[in-house]
Amino acid sequence: MDALLLSRIQFAFTTAVHYIYPPLSIGLGVMLVLIEGMWLKTGNPLYHQMARFWTKVFALTFAIGVATGIVLEFEFGTNWSTYSRYVGDVFGSALAAEGIFAFFLESGFLAILLFGWDKVGRKMHFFATCMVCLGAHFSAIWIIVANSWMQTPAGFHIAGEGLAARAEITDFWAMVFNPSSVDRLFHTLCGAWQAGAFLVVSVSAWYLLKRRHEEFAQASLRLGLIVGLIAAGLQVVSGHQSAVGVAANQPAKLAAFEGRYTTRTNAPLALFGWVDEEAQAVRYSVELPGMLSWLVHGDTAGEVRGLEAFPPEDRPPVNVNFQLFHLMVGIGFALLGLSLVSTFHLWRGTLLRKRWLLGLLVLAVLGPQIANQAGWFAAEIGRQPWIVYGLLRTSEGLSKVVQAEMIVGSLILFGFVYLLLFAVFIYLLNDKIQHGPDAADLQPSGKLALPFGDRS
Amino acid sequence: MNFGDLDLNTVWFILIGVLFTGYAMLDGFDLGVGALHLFTRTDEERRIMLNAIGPVWDGNEVWLVTGGGALFAAFPEVYATVFSGFYLAFVLLLVALIFRAVAIEFRSKQPMRWWRRMWDVGFSAGSVLSSFLIGVAMGNIAWGMPLDERHEFSGTFLGLLHPYALLLGVTTVALFMMHGAIYTAMKTEGDLQERVRGWINNCIIFFIICYAVTTMATLLYVPHMAARLRANPWLFSIALLNMLAIANIPREIHHRREGRAFLSSCVAMIALMGLFGLEMYPNLVLSHPFPEHSLNIVNAASSPRTLGIMLTIALIGVPIVLAYTVSIYWIFRGKVKLDRMSY
Repeated sequence: MDALLLSRIQFAFTTAVHYIYPPLSIGLGVMLVLIEGMWLKTGNPLYHQMARFWTKVFALTFAIGVATGIVLEFEFGTNWSTYSRYVGDVFGSALAAEGIFAFFLESGFLAILLFGWDKVGRKMHFFATCMVCLGAHFSAIWIIVANSWMQTPAGFHIAGEGLAARAEITDFWAMVFNPSSVDRLFHTLCGAWQAGAFLVVSVSAWYLLKRRHEEFAQASLRLGLIVGLIAAGLQVVSGHQSAVGVAANQPAKLAAFEGRYTTRTNAPLALFGWVDEEAQAVRYSVELPGMLSWLVHGDTAGEVRGLEAFPPEDRPPVNVNFQLFHLMVGIGFALLGLSLVSTFHLWRGTLLRKRWLLGLLVLAVLGPQIANQAGWFAAEIGRQPWIVYGLLRTSEGLSKVVQAEMIVGSLILFGFVYLLLFAVFIYLLNDKIQHGPDAADLQPSGKLALPFGDRS
Repeated sequence: MNFGDLDLNTVWFILIGVLFTGYAMLDGFDLGVGALHLFTRTDEERRIMLNAIGPVWDGNEVWLVTGGGALFAAFPEVYATVFSGFYLAFVLLLVALIFRAVAIEFRSKQPMRWWRRMWDVGFSAGSVLSSFLIGVAMGNIAWGMPLDERHEFSGTFLGLLHPYALLLGVTTVALFMMHGAIYTAMKTEGDLQERVRGWINNCIIFFIICYAVTTMATLLYVPHMAARLRANPWLFSIALLNMLAIANIPREIHHRREGRAFLSSCVAMIALMGLFGLEMYPNLVLSHPFPEHSLNIVNAASSPRTLGIMLTIALIGVPIVLAYTVSIYWIFRGKVKLDRMSY
């Protein structure tokens, strides 16, 4: 294997493992804000118990998120140094802003969230929880801005020529609000909210099936399901907007998502299928005539560009993208359906008797995780063969001085460490879930036990 | 924006220096605590060590992440050259930092002896290796790396491990151990604190020996790292300040004023980083044996517009960051008390 392929595998692997955790931190952050908000509002100690339990789960995901994330910050320099020289002026600013505006906020207030229970009052603790949640969202904003700039570069010019050429910012806000950043941010956040909400739903549903901690589980399930339903509903909207954006800004990517080779009006939408890249056709598919044109243009007569409009060396891989994209969309709709049915039964008060439904909800934690991974892979593989769309090819971004053998070494090392971390994560998470919420947490202690307004 | 004679590139040279100095001062004591971790005797003592840094280590590590991001944005050529040139060293550093981080989080989550021992070793080894590699990187940047005319690294991994770089690696470990020991004395009481006070004395001796050898080696073998000092004798005041700060540490410890000892240690680090920066300026990475290929604040920098935008971001962000960093240290002031939420 050559250095290019190895570097791509390493970046994909480290990013994919890392991306298990930040969506959980973002989604659980929202859940914690809601739970603590409910506690402040109602004073019901059950919410205090919930906040304590979910904070412990949050701490676990956050710690591994930080540990695996630091690798990514440095990997642009270690493996993609030619890319770094080319884009540092633009891309580096977004990463630095993420550090200053997001990471400090998150890590600073995390101290109070985790260890400040008995040291600060309720309102201060709630404020700290809000800041951690906000920091996690800021982090998403800047990293999506940076990645979206790679998808749809804007607000820059190319200075210098030949090997010395590089991108430089001309308009900072045009770079930040590049054509895809808002859509993709909204889409990513909806996925993250679902990841957090469905983790809460899944654990709660499991307790209900096992008839353990029922009061705790019901309250958690209710809150998780509401957030999950809202996020799943918004996800359909954001997904549609993102796809329209992809059609306008990265037509080759959309063509690969849908396996369209020919440019045509009244383009059909495949529900599923298998792309035969040799024959340039989609096999075993069920297609809705005109639907793709209608989704992209609001009109079945709209023209959708096919891959034939692009020279073969500028096309992304097709079948992989098709499968990843359809997997993501399929899971998205399945989660929406599941949330609707479950919320209906929750409203009717019949959810606890539907054991099959609780069983599905236990499994639902995997849904957002798989969809988030599939979506992220589709977004990145769909950008190929470019590292910066239309400007720099992935093959041109590599570090010139790093040998394939060195990457084999680092890949083995990261592979070992990340798999170990993942195994420990699952082990400790399971341990936490088996242990369940602490009965003692129904009784707030320290400053938290003081009535409102009493700060002494 | 203009600061008198300071151009934007110089401002960013200073800001990067401030970020890495902040990292050394803050995460330096976390890494030092890690290096000392295995010298403790009981499980409770180890938990106290971990919880002394528990609420703050994560925020301290952000100084490194932000420093890396700022380097990427302000001097992308340095970021690209150093990170790809130090490939294996940085991979090891990352793995060490990962183990340091997760060991803190995981260790006390299970009661088994083997579990706790495993993460204790991971925490300690990760901390020592991180400190050492950071020092080795500094040593190479000062000594000079083989760079070609395109600023690409043209040496080997083993070539980075020359004696001067290894010496700086050991000195960094010693410095962080001293800093961490003083911090631990601030956060502990009773029997453990008495023993920590003994560690501090040993650490100071260890550091002063390393520091003296490093200074001599620098004067003898790396004369360009002392050139500005020789040309401007008033700069010796910084070196003097550094020595006075170090000498003040045993005095404050003797009078049981650990807080002041910690401040002295911080001042010593600032003076050391200040001297390092003064000798490097305007270069960021020296090239050896072709000094004309060195990366400096002009040929490695981003465009003036980007440096200006970044400065605005820093001027908005840094005061806010300092404000809540100080608040959090204030909230978690005082001796460590283990409770239900502790590691």
